[in-house]
Amino acid sequence: MSEPLLSIEGVSVDLPTPRGPLRAVDKVDLALAPGRTLGVVGESGCGKTMLSRAILQLLPKRAKLGGRILFQGQDMASLSAEALRRLRGPELAVVFQDPMTSLNPVLTIGTQIVETLQAHLGMDTSAAAKRGAELLAAVGIPAPEQRLRQYPHQLSGGMRQRVAIAIALSCEPKLLIADEPTTALDVTIQAQILDLLAREQKRRHMAMILITHDLGVVAGRTDEVAVMYAGRIVERAPTAELFARMRMPYTQALLAALPRLDSPPHTALPAIGGRPPDPTRPLPGCSFAPRCRYAESDCRDVKPALADPDKAGAFYACWHPLP
Amino acid sequence: MVALEADVESAVAAPAARRRRVGPLFIAAIAWIALIASAAIFAGVLPLPSPTEIDMLGKRAPPSAEHWLGNDALGRDVLSRLIFGARFSLTVGLLAPVIGIVVGGFLGMMAGYFRGRLETFIVGGMDVLLAFPPLVLALAVTAYLGQSLANLTFVLGVLGIPAFTRVARAVTLSLSEREFVTAARALGATHSRILLRELLPNVMLPLLAFFLLGVAVTIVVEGALSFLGLGVPPPAPSWGSMIGEGRESLDLAPQLAFLPAGFMFATVLAFNIVGDTLRALTDPRAGKL
Repeated sequence: MSEPLLSIEGVSVDLPTPRGPLRAVDKVDLALAPGRTLGVVGESGCGKTMLSRAILQLLPKRAKLGGRILFQGQDMASLSAEALRRLRGPELAVVFQDPMTSLNPVLTIGTQIVETLQAHLGMDTSAAAKRGAELLAAVGIPAPEQRLRQYPHQLSGGMRQRVAIAIALSCEPKLLIADEPTTALDVTIQAQILDLLAREQKRRHMAMILITHDLGVVAGRTDEVAVMYAGRIVERAPTAELFARMRMPYTQALLAALPRLDSPPHTALPAIGGRPPDPTRPLPGCSFAPRCRYAESDCRDVKPALADPDKAGAFYACWHPLP
Repeated sequence: MVALEADVESAVAAPAARRRRVGPLFIAAIAWIALIASAAIFAGVLPLPSPTEIDMLGKRAPPSAEHWLGNDALGRDVLSRLIFGARFSLTVGLLAPVIGIVVGGFLGMMAGYFRGRLETFIVGGMDVLLAFPPLVLALAVTAYLGQSLANLTFVLGVLGIPAFTRVARAVTLSLSEREFVTAARALGATHSRILLRELLPNVMLPLLAFFLLGVAVTIVVEGALSFLGLGVPPPAPSWGSMIGEGRESLDLAPQLAFLPAGFMFATVLAFNIVGDTLRALTDPRAGKL
């Protein structure tokens, strides 16, 4: 394994709330090699977005970050604001969930791309405009020259997400974080956008973190998958192995909650009962125990650590793993 | 298939070219502002009688070929005074809100973007300024610094700052939460770039609409100050002082008060109409919802 591009060591994020500190991310360890893809999966509120914001150092001002985030060997938390600013764009880029709000409504698409290129690569206006059109063409937007002169509201949601991806890719980042890039989009557009991300990721040999709540999204498109629950990573394995053999009951329940094409009509979706635990009051045992159908009394007393007892490269945090 | 492609092509080229209608009211408002503004600018070269020349024999003379709108109580030409008064009213009316929009817009964006202590300080300062009775401030400034165009503009401009600050801060606050600001930061934009390129164009639209409202309000306030004798020093005309002078002969010649009042009314209304229409026309977000 080569030197990791990004390594996350024991990262925690605490958010102050009126009811006491809320632990949004709880001692997460992850590593990502250059050119590899990692899927981060979990339901709403499990800390996926906070983890991505922590990597980008874009946490809310009052949030407290613990642990270390090393990007190319540098500790992100110790970087100056100026050094961090230089890193974002040419090294690290992000695509957000909602393309309706992630583009500036009063500037043309062209202005937004051109200014990013000028700010980071020091291109002159005509070169940047030409490059902008190439980028739009690369993300599959027809008639890119005309599109450059249009405003975000003149584009459909899928088009806007393509533009957001083009802007994120404009400075050739080494790591792209895609934070639920398809959640706000139509199902028919989702696959196109995911394929586009996968294609550009391979072509540019960039590392990518794909954050989603949909196990189906990461299935064919990532090298490794980390499943998050209540701020912790509860299972982490190479994608093929994870889908071949899920050890953590939560992962299995997530997969079971996906609608399947081959199930007969009117089949009830096996949703996961209950709700995630209150993050301001951590449980002593496994956070999933109250909702887990395999839970036993020891699950509620001691928290299982993320471990790889079989030495198979598949980590999971469970006292009673599935066979 | 060919026809379909051609259609897509033209739709892509000019999807927003659909004509937005402007009503006759807007055109009338623009025409009125243009008329008043050009008359004010070219007042010096127009073949008008002097606005300050007193003709004691022609007191309150009715309209005639020589004096189109008649004379006032001192026998001065009313049309000429209206036009020279427009010079004064428009200068104050346009310049004072400029002070407001520049200073207030800057402070409001700073407060809304950086938050924290700076915001507390700016908002607190604006509250103090708002709590100060405007007429007393105007009185104090004109009493100590003297009655002049510059002083009046300055006072009215400073009085307008809190309102602009509040608008700018409120808009900046809500915009700063939007994802495109986070996205810009994630792409390594500096604070000044975010403020100038991401936020300013968004804040500018509501501020400009508010600016035209400010012009209208300032013209009225300037009229009130002149009416009270705190405006431009006599004998120079202004709409407010003309209304004040006309008040003395309301029974003999009501037009002396009503003509400048009507001019002020039409001008203020025109600025409001233009402000509203321009906001609706230039807002690219209107198509979003």
